[in-house]
This record gives sequence, C-alpha cells and structure tokens, in this order.
Amino acid sequence: MSELLEVDNLGKRFGGFVALENISLSVAAGERLGLIGPNGSGKSTLVNCICGTLRNEQGSVRFDGRQIDRLPAHRRTHLGLARSFQLPRPFVSMSLIENVRIPLLYTVEARGTRHAAEQIEERCHGLLREVGLEAKARRRPSDLTQVEMRKLELARAVAAEPKLLIADEAMAGLTHSEIEDILALLVRLNEQGVTVILIEHIMSAVMSFSRRLVVLVSGRKIADGQPEDVMRDPEVERAYLGQ
Amino acid sequence: MRTIPFFLICLVIGGIAFAAALTLGNDYYFFAGYVVLQYVVLSTAWNILGGYCGYVNFGTGAFFALGAYSTVTIYTLIDTNAFPHVVPIPVLMLVGGAVSAVVGLGMGYLTLRLRGAFFAIATLAMAVVLETLVVNWDFVGGSRGAFIIRPETIAPFGSYIRYLFLIMLLLAVASLTIARLIERSRLGYGLATIRDDEFAAEAAGVPTLRLKLIATTISGALMGMAGAPFPYYIGYLQPQPTFALDYAVNAIAMPLIGGTSTWVGPLIGALLLGSLQQIIIVTISSAVNLLLVGALLVAFVILAPNGIVGLAHKYLQHKDDDFVGRRRTGLEAPAPQVESSPTSEAPS
Ligand SMILES: Nc1ncnc2c1ncn2[C@@H]1O[C@H](COP(=O)(O)OP(=O)(O)OP(=O)(O)O)[C@@H](O)[C@H]1O
Ligand SMILES: [Mg+2]
Repeated sequence: MSELLEVDNLGKRFGGFVALENISLSVAAGERLGLIGPNGSGKSTLVNCICGTLRNEQGSVRFDGRQIDRLPAHRRTHLGLARSFQLPRPFVSMSLIENVRIPLLYTVEARGTRHAAEQIEERCHGLLREVGLEAKARRRPSDLTQVEMRKLELARAVAAEPKLLIADEAMAGLTHSEIEDILALLVRLNEQGVTVILIEHIMSAVMSFSRRLVVLVSGRKIADGQPEDVMRDPEVERAYLGQ
Repeated sequence: MRTIPFFLICLVIGGIAFAAALTLGNDYYFFAGYVVLQYVVLSTAWNILGGYCGYVNFGTGAFFALGAYSTVTIYTLIDTNAFPHVVPIPVLMLVGGAVSAVVGLGMGYLTLRLRGAFFAIATLAMAVVLETLVVNWDFVGGSRGAFIIRPETIAPFGSYIRYLFLIMLLLAVASLTIARLIERSRLGYGLATIRDDEFAAEAAGVPTLRLKLIATTISGALMGMAGAPFPYYIGYLQPQPTFALDYAVNAIAMPLIGGTSTWVGPLIGALLLGSLQQIIIVTISSAVNLLLVGALLVAFVILAPNGIVGLAHKYLQHKDDDFVGRRRTGLEAPAPQVESSPTSEAPS
C-alpha cells in the first residue's frame, strides 16, 4: 500500500502552550483509521494543521506524494483532502442544498470535471439523502439542530469527493441508529476507495469502524496499531481510559 | 431573466427617466439626477464587496476621488487651449476605472487578510493617505483644487449636463447588470461563503483570497468610473470635498437601508436616500444631510437589518424562511470563534 498522508514530526504551539509535539503519522491509501484521545489532546488541532486551517510551526505534511505545508487550505481540498468541522461551520445564508453545492462548484470543478446543472442538483440531493437531511434541502442551517448540523458538515465534506476524509466528531449526540447510518456511509465511502480518519469519543463506533487506532494524549502520540492491541496498551489505559 | 434582457429593460427604464427629465424642461433635474445616479453606482459597487462578501470598505471616497483625479491628470496633460476636451468622457471613465481597479487590487492584497473592523480601518487609512498625496501634488492643483471648464453644450444632447446625466445613467445600468450577474454566478456563491464563514469556505475549496481580490477590483473600478466625469460636473475639483466621508457613509448607508443581499437593495437605497438628500439641499440645507443619513442608518440597523428589500419580503411572504435577505451583513458581529480558532491564514 502506498502512503497517502505522511505527517512528519509535526509541532504546533499556541503562544507558549504546546498543542502538538513531534507527531508522526502515516496513513496508507484505503485505510480506516480511528484517532482518539481525551478532550484537549490536540486531535482537532492536528486536523487543522493537516488541512491548512492552521499552520504548523514544525515538521511537514505530505499528501499524495507532495509537500502541502505551504498550500492554502482550498488547494489542499482540491488535492483531495476534506474534513468536517467539530463545531459545525455551515454557510448560514444558504440552504442546505446550496451548502453542499459549494464543494461541487469549487472543488470538483477545479479538478476539471464539469457537470451539467441537473447532475449537480441530483448529486446534492443524493448527498443530503445519505445523511438523512434530504427533506430539509431547502431549509437553512439555522433551522437545524446541532446534531443535524453535524450531518450537514459531513455531507459537505463528502461533496468534495475526497481521497482522504477526516470526520471530526461527526457523531456526538446522534442516536444509536443514526450512528449506524453514518458508520455505514463511511464504510461505503471507504469501500469506494476513500481513506477515512475518524475522530470520535464514542468508543463502540470507533472500535467497529477502525482497522487501526492512533491515540493522542496532551499533544503527543502515545499509541498506534491494531485497535485491540492499542486498547490493551497500559499507557493508553492509564492516560486515557483509566482517568 | 437572462442578463441581456435585464440590461435592455434597465436601459428602457433609464431612457424613460431621461425623457421625463427632458420634458420637465429644467436642467436642474439633470444636475440633481446625476448625483442620485452617481450614488446608485457607488452603492452598487460598494455592495459587491460589502454586501456580497461581507467586507466593509470605508474608502469609497478615495476610489471615487481616484477616478476624478485621473480625469484632472489627463486634462492637465493633454487638453490644450487650442483643443479643449479632446479626450471623450467615456475614455476618461475607462482610465479612471482602470486606475481605481489597480489601486483596489493593491489595497486588497495588502489588507484582505484583515478581518472585520480591521479591514474597515485599513480602508479608511488608505483614503487618508491618498488624500494627503493629492493635497500635496501640485500638478493636479494640490490643496487649491483644479478647474475644468465644462463646455456649455454638446451635440446632439444640447446642454452638457444632459450628456453627463446620460453617461451616468448608462454606468448605473451597467453596474446593476454586473452586480446582478455576479449575484447569480459561481463567483456570487463563492463571495457568499466568504461572508458566512471564511474557514469553511476554504475547506470547501473556495479560493477566498482570489475571490476577495476580484471583488475589490470590480468594486474599485466601478467607483473610479463614477468619479471620472465628476470634475466636468463640478467644474472646480477640490481634494477635501472629493475625498469627503460623505461618499463613504452614503455608499454604506444606501445598501444597508435598501438591503445588501441583492442588487435591488443598493438601487432602492440610493434612489430614496439620494433623492431625499437632493430635496433637503434645496429646501433646508446640505448640512442636515449627514445627520439624516446617520439617523436613518441607525434606525434601519436596529429595526430592519435586512433593509427595505427584507421588509418587503416579510410583508409579501409572511415568512422569511427561504429568503436570501437573511444573509448577514459585514457589519454584524463576526462569527463566534469555535474549536481551535484558526489564526493565521495561508497566503496563496
Ligand atoms: N486557537 C487556539 N488558541 C489557543 N489554544 C488553543 C487553540 N485551539 C486549541 N487550543 C488548545 O489546544 C489544545 C488542543 O485542542 P484540540 O481542540 O485540538 O483538542 P481535541 O483533542 O480536539 O479535543 P476535543 O476532544 O475536546 O475536541 C486544547 O488545550 C485547546 O485549549
Ligand atoms: Mg476536537
């Protein structure tokens, strides 16, 4: 398997606070990776550094064989990186269908695939259907619950047709059956060839989805391997689960 | 409606307005109408960056003045006593527009990484710098100002002011058409994502810096074009009144009062407020104008943040559910900072 994402010795500070330190992580094409860690351990910060929302001060990020550290976020999205924001950031003045249309207009088209207007419309409806929001296609994000906004986040990320999808706590607050639906969607995407990094606090979801597990604690990577092995790791138990 | 029919309909309406003013048989209406149309252009131009994209520009006066001073520069360079007014006004407008476009692009490049109030302050600072430059530039008259002797008449329009009025009318129609075109285009969607949430926009693949630069350039160009014929209108161009805050304040107030989310808002705002100001100048005094604008602005921001267009929508539809007018304006509070709020943005 070829490496799709290579994070090498990445470091990020906020003022004097070290949020991430010497993080190295390789993700191969087609993987299903779970990323866990206690609150404030740096998971979202890592996502932000990988996707270009934040700049890392140290180390490098390579994606699909090229260094992407210096690229603005939208270029990284064009290259095939997509993420959902943990706290939803919808386009509030637009309907849901318009929200998911944006990545189609600006990312999928930037890659050279031009679709007819009806095709785009069809695709947008399909995306909303997959996360169970099709009935609200013409509504605005302000009409949604927090949980529905998470689903919209995910739909918008998927709309960019990524090679690597990072879902940052897309499932918090969802009911059991909704979690099943989202997991099924992620698995389906993965089977279609999309590499997926899942950040979750809901352990049952992480364990059923992940083929590999990475644990962050206080900005450091403390474990990386088979989910069962990682969960038995005494350091993980002490730092994370036994708290 | 397609763009070309829209443009033609606007032209017809403009033509009717022109004919109506002609039948009134008093050139005063052309003088007053010119100013109103000028504000239609300025507020439409302002709204392309301020309304569609959410970046509040306080430098309208500077862009306008750049256009006006481009004309003075060309006039001083080229026109001679033997051949006065050799450069036709439409050409002057293209030059003024180009100068303002370039300055808009440059200003955008320097300032568009700033958000919210900081961007607004930067545009204000730019206006002050440009004014200082002009005041100290003797070639265009410096602080004394510059005279441009307007020809009395021009064939086939008769008096020159009718010609100027017609030109501003065309520019207004062109501006509205451009604004409407942007609104419905991919560019318009992109600008709206920037206004809503810039980080989400980048994550969705929107090249935010490039789109903002396009918006400042188009907006600046239109403002410069509106300023280019101004020396001919006023006859005596002075830096202070030309760079005056009046333009900046009006160009913000008119779209806000009309409604910032569509091309209609700035048009309505400029027609109403512009005409009202012309009436006040004649009946009371021009000093009352800014006071009035300020009061109206406060009233609208508090009572009808979506402007007249928003109000109309509400009363016509009895719901504002799927109404575009709920789009936030740049003057509202910035989006709440969430999770690790991104601090630095990548330059492209
Ligand atoms: N913009 C910022 N400025 C200062 N500190 C920040 C910023 N963003 C995050 N932090 C800090 O960095 C640390 C890591 O935050 P991060 O959001 O990455 O954690 P997380 O692992 O995603 O946590 P959670 O599970 O709660 O989402 C936290 O201590 C947080 O307070
Ligand atoms: Mg997080």
